[in-house]
Amino acid sequence: MSSRGDVRTYSGSRAITMLCLFVLYAPLIIVTIYSFNASRSITVWEGLSLQWYADVFWGPESGKFKQAAINSFTIALIAATMSTAIATSAATAIVRGGRFRLRMASLGLISLPLMVPEIVTAVATLIFFNSIGFTRGYLTILAAHIAFCIPFAYLPIQARMQGIEDTFEQAAQDLYATKAQAFRRVLLPMMMPGIIAGFLLAFIVSLDDFIITNFVKGAGVETLPTAIFGSVKQGIKPNIMAISTMLLVVSIAMVTISYIVGKKDNST
Amino acid sequence: MAGAAATGGSARSNTYASARNWLLLPSWAVLCIFVLAPVAMMLVYSFLTKEFRGGVIWEFTLAAYDQFFFDRGLFGDEPARIDWTYILIFWRSIWQAGLATLLALLIGFPTAYFIATRPARTRTVWVFLITIPYWVNLLIRTVSMKFLLRDQGPLNDFLLATGLIDDPIRIINTNAAVQIGLFYSYLPFMVLPIYASVERYNFALSEAAADLYASKWTTLRRIVIPSVRPGIIAGCILVFVPSLGAFLAPDLLGGAKNFMIGSLIEEQFKGNAGNWPFGAAASMILLTLVLVILMFLARQQARADREATP
Amino acid sequence: MPDTRNAIDVRNAVKRYGSFTALQSITLSIRDNEFFTLLGPSGCGKTTLLRMIAGFEDVTEGEIFLFGEEIENLPPHQRPVNTVFQNYALFPHMTIEENVMFGLEMRGSSRDAARKKACEMLELVQLTPFSARKPSQLSGGQQQRVALARALAPQPKVLLLDEPLSALDLKLRQAMRSELKSIQRETGITFTFVTHDQEEALTMSDRIAVMSAGRLQQLGEARDIYERPVNRFVADFIGETNLLDARLEAVDASVATCRLGNGLTLECDAIGNARPGADVHISIRPERMTLAAANGDPWRGTVKENIFVGTDVQTVVQLQGGIALTVRTQNSAAGVATILDPGTEVAITVEAGAARMLED
Repeated sequence: MSSRGDVRTYSGSRAITMLCLFVLYAPLIIVTIYSFNASRSITVWEGLSLQWYADVFWGPESGKFKQAAINSFTIALIAATMSTAIATSAATAIVRGGRFRLRMASLGLISLPLMVPEIVTAVATLIFFNSIGFTRGYLTILAAHIAFCIPFAYLPIQARMQGIEDTFEQAAQDLYATKAQAFRRVLLPMMMPGIIAGFLLAFIVSLDDFIITNFVKGAGVETLPTAIFGSVKQGIKPNIMAISTMLLVVSIAMVTISYIVGKKDNST
Repeated sequence: MAGAAATGGSARSNTYASARNWLLLPSWAVLCIFVLAPVAMMLVYSFLTKEFRGGVIWEFTLAAYDQFFFDRGLFGDEPARIDWTYILIFWRSIWQAGLATLLALLIGFPTAYFIATRPARTRTVWVFLITIPYWVNLLIRTVSMKFLLRDQGPLNDFLLATGLIDDPIRIINTNAAVQIGLFYSYLPFMVLPIYASVERYNFALSEAAADLYASKWTTLRRIVIPSVRPGIIAGCILVFVPSLGAFLAPDLLGGAKNFMIGSLIEEQFKGNAGNWPFGAAASMILLTLVLVILMFLARQQARADREATP
Repeated sequence: MPDTRNAIDVRNAVKRYGSFTALQSITLSIRDNEFFTLLGPSGCGKTTLLRMIAGFEDVTEGEIFLFGEEIENLPPHQRPVNTVFQNYALFPHMTIEENVMFGLEMRGSSRDAARKKACEMLELVQLTPFSARKPSQLSGGQQQRVALARALAPQPKVLLLDEPLSALDLKLRQAMRSELKSIQRETGITFTFVTHDQEEALTMSDRIAVMSAGRLQQLGEARDIYERPVNRFVADFIGETNLLDARLEAVDASVATCRLGNGLTLECDAIGNARPGADVHISIRPERMTLAAANGDPWRGTVKENIFVGTDVQTVVQLQGGIALTVRTQNSAAGVATILDPGTEVAITVEAGAARMLED
């Protein structure tokens, strides 16, 4: 492809890209393969089997993982919904609120969870709930997740909204829509791809979180990452690889959805 | 024209200016209560006295910070000497995170550049491929890496089978494992912002440089890299900052010997051996470190922007 | 009190953005049922004025009346005026029909009534077969017509058009001009049209308001503005002209005698209150002069160059005293016969009444 006159391409960059993709995917692919291993040992390959998937659903630890999965998915769903709503509202103020004094401060506050190292947020949240005497559990996890998911939901929504000229709301108002109607009937549908992307990102980030959850979960309440972590501490077992593979599929499904939503949006 | 400037140019869209405060209220409330107030409370805790079964006694003391920097002997009655234990943990964390960032830059930049120079149609597929691992659970990725790097893991199996080595090489529980783990965890964060910058880069500049007798490498060094610097800086921040406070990679891949800040802090809040004020103080020091780095880079960036637009 | 027969009355309207004044006290009236154009270069304030009428810009000072009713404090959705936006602003997530129905529904029409009216409007703009499509599936010209149908559907008292043709290519633009004009006649709705294209303004408008630097320069019918500009800006902005510095020599009844820098004199209609001795300007349109072989007439010079522009030939003639005039000759057998080679001496005849004296 590259010709002598082509000043763009550098030889070797393709090889490094392949290396990059190899590094990113090799561990995931190997774990996926070994999740189908028939052997009890994780070192020996004894042929294909679905026994570890069966073990996850019906094995001795299935109750623990089932509860953890329910916690993880309900928390992710609620946290992503709430943070997306909060982020949409904030983006409307920041992108469509004209100039105002607290604009930079608001942006800074929203991006704060991205700048503070996760472990620090975790410690701070733990101390906060402790100091106000709030018992740690499901609700503390949920509250913490809503807060740190806000910037992840916010960024795609803001980006989308900035791409929509304000003449669309003006046209709606010109056609006798109130500001609220213009928002609901015109701006909101036009922002939808950004809102969906924000929601999916927040959902994944919540589902993904280990450190903060580990600090604020309290005794007895587990999410999938904390349950997996607890299990891995005693050595990697094949059922963990089966769970990992299933979570992998969920993640890939979500990124594919957001990709398709983005693509569809470009075509219209 | 003035009207157009008022809507799209210097002035900002203000359709919802009247509802602004109400729209901002939820985000301010949630973030103030669950992020700002906790950080403030953490600062307070770092000045309190520790309670032996975890938690604090409400008595002001500088003991936590004192413990971080100084050694006063087993009973606290000897003259203060600088205690390097915790400072070294911080230094090692910075070093590890720095190496991981450098490694990510060396692999990430060519990758980002390569992707950005693909035809528009295939470009999105490449970006998609880089994005997928970013969406995959970090814990699962770290566990996968641990599985791969084990003494009897697939990597050693492969190397033994090819005859490159005779005995399994020990990677897990070494510094190298931590660096590999951090690099692997945050590599997509390096590629994506650099890609975004290179994609906006005007390749006519490269052609102009080549026309003016610059070699390819000179063009890269003198023209391309300075042009995409914001992307490179953003990528480095996005890898370095989370690496610095990382917990999973050092804990799962590094083992007990290769302690980093994350593990040090985590330990203070686990079980009865913990020391909450000390953990809070260490967190404050980490937070300060990160904010100083971010502010320094933000200022650099602002200066570069000012120079770019005379 | 404002005249209730006027569609729009703008009284001393001022618009400031911080320390920048975009509009300096504009007063004008738009009559019912007319095609009114706001014409001016970029940044003259014409779009700001339009957006003030629509309600998208606050009025810093002054009042705006719609058929005698004060509207400047009403929000846009309570003003019975509709806008065709420069980039159409068609809602991309709605079909063409839904776009046209939107305003009707917002005004409280039932869905059926709105759909019926939308059908009529789409018929008016000849887009009935496209009603189920999305805006992105239409060409620029079709989108333009949808925007028009959408804005007309609620039967506004005034239709505002913000450079609606600027995104179209030349051929389509010319076709749309006559279509807009005929729709305006058909519907009987007052059109207020903003453009920077003087040809567009001249061909479509009943009356034109020429604006510059936030001020109203001249308001009148197209012919009036072209033939009798009130100042150098209008003379120069509308069409092409030769602008010459002169001194007012004498005023006799309604005839003013002006002397150019090179000593030549011209007679034109006296205007304003300039006294003899005052510095004035003269505007002469290039098509109001003819060329002939040199004949001893004091109005003579040397042909510098001939520029072929298709329908006409422009001849630049160098007079004494550093004055250059551009003369337009129609590209016809009779016209071309008068064209002389560069370097040749030539006589210029200025038609009676062609010279226009300008004070400013």
